[in-house]
Amino acid sequence: MKKLFILGITVLMFVLVLTGCQSNAGDVKNPSKQQKGANPTGNITIAGSTSVQPLAEELAGAFADKYPDVRIDVQGGGSSVGVQSAKDGVADIGNSSRDLKDSEKAYNLYEYTIAKDGIAIVINPSNQVDEITSDQIKKIFAGEITNWNDLGGKDAVITVINREEGSGTRGAFEDIVMKDAAFIGSAIIQPSTGAIKQTVSTDPDAIGYISMGSMDSGVKGLMIDGAQPNSDNVLNGSYKISRPFLMLTKDEPQGAVKAFLDFIFSQEGQDIVGQEFIKVK
Amino acid sequence: MRSHEKWVQGILFILATTAVLTVLAITFFIFSEGLPIMVDRGVTGFIGSTRWEPLSGSFGILGMIIGTIQITLGAIALGVPVGLACAVYLAEIADRRLEKILRPGIELLAGIPSVVYGFFGLSVVVPFLREHFPGNGFSILAGSIILAIMILPTVVNISENSIRSVPGDYRSASLALGASHWQTILRVILPAARSGIAASVILGMGRAIGETMAVIMVTGNVTKVAGSIFDPARTLTGNIAIEMGYAAGEHREALFATGVILFLIIMVLNFSTTRFSRKAGDVK
Repeated sequence: MKKLFILGITVLMFVLVLTGCQSNAGDVKNPSKQQKGANPTGNITIAGSTSVQPLAEELAGAFADKYPDVRIDVQGGGSSVGVQSAKDGVADIGNSSRDLKDSEKAYNLYEYTIAKDGIAIVINPSNQVDEITSDQIKKIFAGEITNWNDLGGKDAVITVINREEGSGTRGAFEDIVMKDAAFIGSAIIQPSTGAIKQTVSTDPDAIGYISMGSMDSGVKGLMIDGAQPNSDNVLNGSYKISRPFLMLTKDEPQGAVKAFLDFIFSQEGQDIVGQEFIKVK
Repeated sequence: MRSHEKWVQGILFILATTAVLTVLAITFFIFSEGLPIMVDRGVTGFIGSTRWEPLSGSFGILGMIIGTIQITLGAIALGVPVGLACAVYLAEIADRRLEKILRPGIELLAGIPSVVYGFFGLSVVVPFLREHFPGNGFSILAGSIILAIMILPTVVNISENSIRSVPGDYRSASLALGASHWQTILRVILPAARSGIAASVILGMGRAIGETMAVIMVTGNVTKVAGSIFDPARTLTGNIAIEMGYAAGEHREALFATGVILFLIIMVLNFSTTRFSRKAGDVK
């Protein structure tokens, strides 16, 4: 009896090990098998920028409430992964939080700007500095300005906090603010928006950059070239540090993917975008 | 019944070998992904260079090797004396009641998830260092302090075991010769247990080198070589964890190559532990 039991357990374990290996690769193609007119069904896999991820998840949640037959799976990985996944067909939609590079434009992906995001330059709320120019930001992150008293603040060394190489936010910041200048090598690297906020909110001399949508009362967003970091200023162009949120597909979207993109550009979808980011419609 | 047993045996054999096969597969995978770029860049471009700019094609990990060593040595310097003292106290001095409080406390340390240590470091240790020492708090010292706490259970448990396994005759003989309890501990018991203690230090080092999450949160992750313990630094594990999500092409290979170096360091440590514990066995 006991031996039979052990045998049963072993067989069960074996079966579990085998089934665990089963992939769901077959599901990816489903969205293309849609008949016209019917409610969309199938699975959508989304991968890419970790900046777009929270928004994509929220949109996916709202979409799933309307169309319960569609399952959306949102993964991170970064903008480069998003572009690559869309190109390779690993994901139905690839997310990117930066414009495509020339090498990536050659993939001829379908490109949809679903939202815009401003990058806020954040400091500790106790810091007296309120305003800064783009040129000064560049000099701070390049290591040319190192003390707050050069910016009208108290005499204290600036703690520069940077994101890791490959981060979409860092890439956008580098493109928009740094241009050809190199980052100072001794800047603290924090690998997430949350870690940057935590650091800036506890270090009175810190400066970092985060997505405008992630700002909260723990940090103070600086005015840049006279413009407050808010969505109106991003849309009217006076706040310069902003970036697009792109969704990319390999083929012309159809079926569930098309329905999802249509939903994002609908009033309802854009209202969700508007909660934290900047609407495009 | 016979045929049943054969079946069970066969299946158990397959399941048992999966563990070994997994190790082999992981080793093969890491090396096959990481070696090409190491060969391509050579020793000078990879291990011998401190320039880590993956997006512009520089993959020097010397800064991180040094950072790993600095932070680990710091953790050993802070953690081992405390851990050893704790082991001596538990094995030689504490009475049952105290032991019942101390031991679960130390074992609890081993059960705390590393991200919690990291968060503790980020919200307590880093601000404390920022206020009382030069620099901005994100530093080798912060990493060493957190790791010193994390390796305590390893150091305490293994050292205590080896102290307890010193034959009672040694203790009796020393006391009979008129040595005090303290002299006996210092001159007889600790030397007799030294191989086990050394093994505990090496295992602690392994734990410290392998730790990732907690370290990322407090060391500042700068790839430049640190000049003092108040400067930030990046570890090998941190490098992989921070950049893996984005890496593609050569960058990804370079992270695997970082894994190869880490793998070699851990292998050397593991082999030296087995050597030490074998010696410890000889003493008995």
